[in-house]
Amino acid sequence: MSTLTPTTRDTAPANAEAAAPRAAAKRPKAWGHRSRGASIALHATLICASLIAVFPVVWVALTSLKPDDHWQRTGDFSGLSLDNYTKVLGDSSFTTWFLNSAVVSVGTTVVGVFISASAGYAVSRLRFPGHRALMWTFLVTQMFPVAVLIVPVYTILTKLHMTNTYGALILVNCTVAVPFCAWMLKGYFDTIPREIDEAGRVDGLTPFGTFWRLVLPLAKPGLAVTGFYTFLTAWAEIAFARTLMSDDAHYTLPVGMGTWIGQFKSEWGMMTAASVLITLPAAALFFFVQRHLVSGLTAGSTKS
Amino acid sequence: MISKLRRSYDERWYAWAMIAPVVLVLGVIVVYPLVQGLYYSLTDINEANMGRTIGVNHIPASFTFVGLDNYIDVLSGADGEFYARLTWTLTWTVACVALHYSLGLGLAMLLNRPMRMSGLYRVLLVVPWAVPVFVSAFAWRLMLNKDNGVINAVLEGVGIGGVDWLGQPTTAKLAVIMVNVWVGVPFVMVALLGGLQAIPKEQYEAAALDGATAWQRFRHVTLPGLRPVSSTVVLLGIIWTFNQFGVIYLVTEGGPFGSSELLVTYAYKLGFANVRDYAMAATYGTIILSMLLVIATAYRRTLDRRQEAAA
Repeated sequence: MSTLTPTTRDTAPANAEAAAPRAAAKRPKAWGHRSRGASIALHATLICASLIAVFPVVWVALTSLKPDDHWQRTGDFSGLSLDNYTKVLGDSSFTTWFLNSAVVSVGTTVVGVFISASAGYAVSRLRFPGHRALMWTFLVTQMFPVAVLIVPVYTILTKLHMTNTYGALILVNCTVAVPFCAWMLKGYFDTIPREIDEAGRVDGLTPFGTFWRLVLPLAKPGLAVTGFYTFLTAWAEIAFARTLMSDDAHYTLPVGMGTWIGQFKSEWGMMTAASVLITLPAAALFFFVQRHLVSGLTAGSTKS
Repeated sequence: MISKLRRSYDERWYAWAMIAPVVLVLGVIVVYPLVQGLYYSLTDINEANMGRTIGVNHIPASFTFVGLDNYIDVLSGADGEFYARLTWTLTWTVACVALHYSLGLGLAMLLNRPMRMSGLYRVLLVVPWAVPVFVSAFAWRLMLNKDNGVINAVLEGVGIGGVDWLGQPTTAKLAVIMVNVWVGVPFVMVALLGGLQAIPKEQYEAAALDGATAWQRFRHVTLPGLRPVSSTVVLLGIIWTFNQFGVIYLVTEGGPFGSSELLVTYAYKLGFANVRDYAMAATYGTIILSMLLVIATAYRRTLDRRQEAAA
């Protein structure tokens, strides 16, 4: 009955490739010309804005190259070195924390995107009692402050013997990211023509088969954006990770680094290097998906 | 007829199966704790009386049901913090959402023009989104540092003199708003850029033919075309900003003297400060939730009404 077999997965990318150029071809065209002055003003504004956007990051990166406590000397860029990085990477825990973070974030991304896509599809395509209420509930779950949920969540996970496990953190991170992702993907699925689903039905696919084999491959930009969002959420999460992972070997990167602040009160140099190292994976992923960001984020919600 | 009926029946089961994982996860990790939180807000539970097991000794819980006492305490202003926190939270939310939206829209409209290097600008402008919040917060603290920060160095360079950014209530508030705007604009910009690209070019051409000015095109083509995206972005923006924990907690820790403490961070402090007052934290949480529910419902209503009026 179920069509979910390894062979069906292999056919999926082919569909997606066919769809990609069509999306890329839809680029804005000029509807007016602008004067030279307007062009200069346009570029000047954007250059200013870009500088503001990038400056804090560049500043941290620059500071991370300064030796010892030179971070205190704002204008002094003498003797730049990688000392801070060797110190951070030399800390044996860093690798452990990095791997923990990687496992949790990738896990959250896979689980989170899959369950929000399936829920988003169900709400977009299938009529069932409560499908309106479900979307509203997603929104409501974003309203209760996470900070206040920490204690009850901790109690529950202790009862389930799940503290200090990756699974616990993955589940918790999912609840933070999933409601928004489901909303976004529902909107994205709405833009995919229903005829595709009907064609799938005619070929005898189950609703799940249609979703998995036909619709998901077409929703790649949407999936890329939600994946990016989920990954970032999990990668940067501190509050839950701090409470749920109580032993050193299970710390995620941000939590582990947090312990340095106490240990070495003035080690801002080390913090800057660690900040850069934490940002790198997120930045790498960002460059990978940024092409999809614009189309993925709102292709759905504009069509009403 | 029968097959059609069966299909809709099947479909229902499929739908439930497909939403089950989400519902299960949210149920265990959000709804159940939320209900428990609601209950806690009606008791006087705290760290001392909640009951726990230390080794083999089990200390039974001894907290009692107190009805609406906590709420009366908070809403009457008796706890001395609520209205100050509420005022600041509302100011913060309005300021941040307005700046997010106007700056995000402005940048999106600039980026939407055909020009050289627009791809590069877009990548650079989205950078703040790709940086984990605690790294951004750390970067800004470094830059806002009173004695060694680059911002004060620049201010002194041009002869204005340094400011103790995070040391005074007013400047600290300005600083956190600035940081949060920096963090939040890229998301709005990208969302609105997507919305702008979905507006059919013909509408602009038609408007231009009718002799509409740039402002009229913006007012009567751009804004209505963006409405679906805008409404989602603004609604999410309100909720996220109202409950923004990271920026405040990491940049000022609510200080100085609690002046930049939002309702959320204050609730967190109640639950995790020296005497862990879970009951009060839950009360604040519930009040936050109810206020957001009211705001969100009202916002939705207004939008629906306006849409009806337009149609």
